[in-house]
Amino acid sequence: MSPETSGIMQTPFGSLKKKRASKRRSTLASTIMLLASLSAGVLIWHLVSTYMFSSILFPGPLQVGTEAIAEIQSGSIFVDIGASMFRILAGFLIGSVIGIVLGLLVGFFPIVRSLFNPYLQFFRFIPPIAWVSPAMIWFGVGEESKIFIIIYGTVFTVSLSTALGVAGVHTNKIRAAQMFGATEWQIFRWVIVPAAVTPILQGMRIAMGIAFMTVIAAEMLAANAGIGYSILNARLWMATDKIFVGIFTLGILGYLTDKILEVAIHRFGRRFDSNAKR
Amino acid sequence: MSNASLVSIRDVSFKHASLPADSPDILRDLSLSLVRGEFMCILGPSGCGKTTVLNLIAGFESPTAGSIHMDGRPIDGPGVERGVVFQGDDSLYHWLTAQANVEFGLRVSGMKKTERAAKARQYLALVGLRGQEHKYPAELSGGMKQRVNVARVLACESKVLLMDEPFGQLDAQTRIVLQDELATIWQKTQRTVFFVTHDIAEAITLADRIVVLKRGPRSNVKEIVNCDLDRPRDRSNPRFGELYSRISSLIADEVLGVQTDRVTS
Repeated sequence: MSPETSGIMQTPFGSLKKKRASKRRSTLASTIMLLASLSAGVLIWHLVSTYMFSSILFPGPLQVGTEAIAEIQSGSIFVDIGASMFRILAGFLIGSVIGIVLGLLVGFFPIVRSLFNPYLQFFRFIPPIAWVSPAMIWFGVGEESKIFIIIYGTVFTVSLSTALGVAGVHTNKIRAAQMFGATEWQIFRWVIVPAAVTPILQGMRIAMGIAFMTVIAAEMLAANAGIGYSILNARLWMATDKIFVGIFTLGILGYLTDKILEVAIHRFGRRFDSNAKR
Repeated sequence: MSNASLVSIRDVSFKHASLPADSPDILRDLSLSLVRGEFMCILGPSGCGKTTVLNLIAGFESPTAGSIHMDGRPIDGPGVERGVVFQGDDSLYHWLTAQANVEFGLRVSGMKKTERAAKARQYLALVGLRGQEHKYPAELSGGMKQRVNVARVLACESKVLLMDEPFGQLDAQTRIVLQDELATIWQKTQRTVFFVTHDIAEAITLADRIVVLKRGPRSNVKEIVNCDLDRPRDRSNPRFGELYSRISSLIADEVLGVQTDRVTS
């Protein structure tokens, strides 16, 4: 039985009904507030673009909406989204795997830590975007250079938070396992790894945000498809409405990806989070 | 040193290796022997090294001088025959259910799945957690978490239970309930217990013998008080009160008194 259902069963039926109703009311209220906030924003945007700026410099919501529909109908927007998302996901997944393994090793083995630490401390101050030039020379304008840069950014973020998570495992958890006679390998698998799941997932969520920023910048510097490329390309034609569509697409995609990660973390990672409410 | 002694600590001094060489020892020439089957409590002013003694027996720390033997063999690192019940819940695995937490030690020892499941259930029932097996530590109260801590050590058939202020973070009512239950479990299971506490009443409720340590650093045994009250212990018994005032004056001497009795050899 899940904790939620047992909680409901303990609640007297009448108050349960009330609880549900009040929950529904608060969801309704927050939906109304969201709609109010969004429509106010669009209205202000419309007024500003109509009465304060020339629409060629600052397109209004109607113009941007029309452009967005056109791009959706022609399918060109999906080509750009696909290109950017492919780079982000490929780099993020490969980078996460490398980052988790590296972080676990660095956190658990003092020898590995002293070997890698100077490099981690040095490279973490070099932003991924600084590697665009060498990546272009090594891998060309194609996918590899962009994926390489995202892997780089993800590895450092994920490995650092993993290593910190491993180092933060409470001494008594390890001592208890030693007391039971666990081998180092058993301690690693049964204590360290599960205890580090929460910091690993937190690091991955941050890395996803970094991957978004990185890929757009990289596409603006060198690419022939992708959201960043389309924003830069539209600038050449002064197509501000197209630029706005690109920027909004980024915001929506970033928000959705983060939400999906958040839900996934909640679903699969909650068990490992000592602070999570059950 | 009697033949019945299970753990014998001989002339042990201890200082953390990380501290500078001229810093004083935490323990100096401490000797103590734990008799098979007894319930020993250790009391003393805070910072006197009670937990250090426990960590030395547990094998988490090694003495700088002197020796510790169990069953005639020197103690070399942690081992399941000396089961530790840690203070608080940091030592429980919060991603495992109560059942899986108790099974952890059995799994390490290589016990088969069905066997260890049955054993874990048996010991969870012994500590009063029947029906709570599937709950995670976050779903259990402080007292229940400490029961899990006790059950997982009992399940591994540890010969000595080393308990480090296990009830220190619980509220007064829960503490009293758990003290009485621990006394019952101890009588039922015939284990030897070494119990660190700073609560004098708790020590009198539980112990056969109470070791009072001197003030640290360079701490040592001040006195061992025999606690020969009938069990189950009655906190309103006049003998309880006598022991209480005797022990509290021993500790007060150490906390307040000048260091007249500290002879350096």
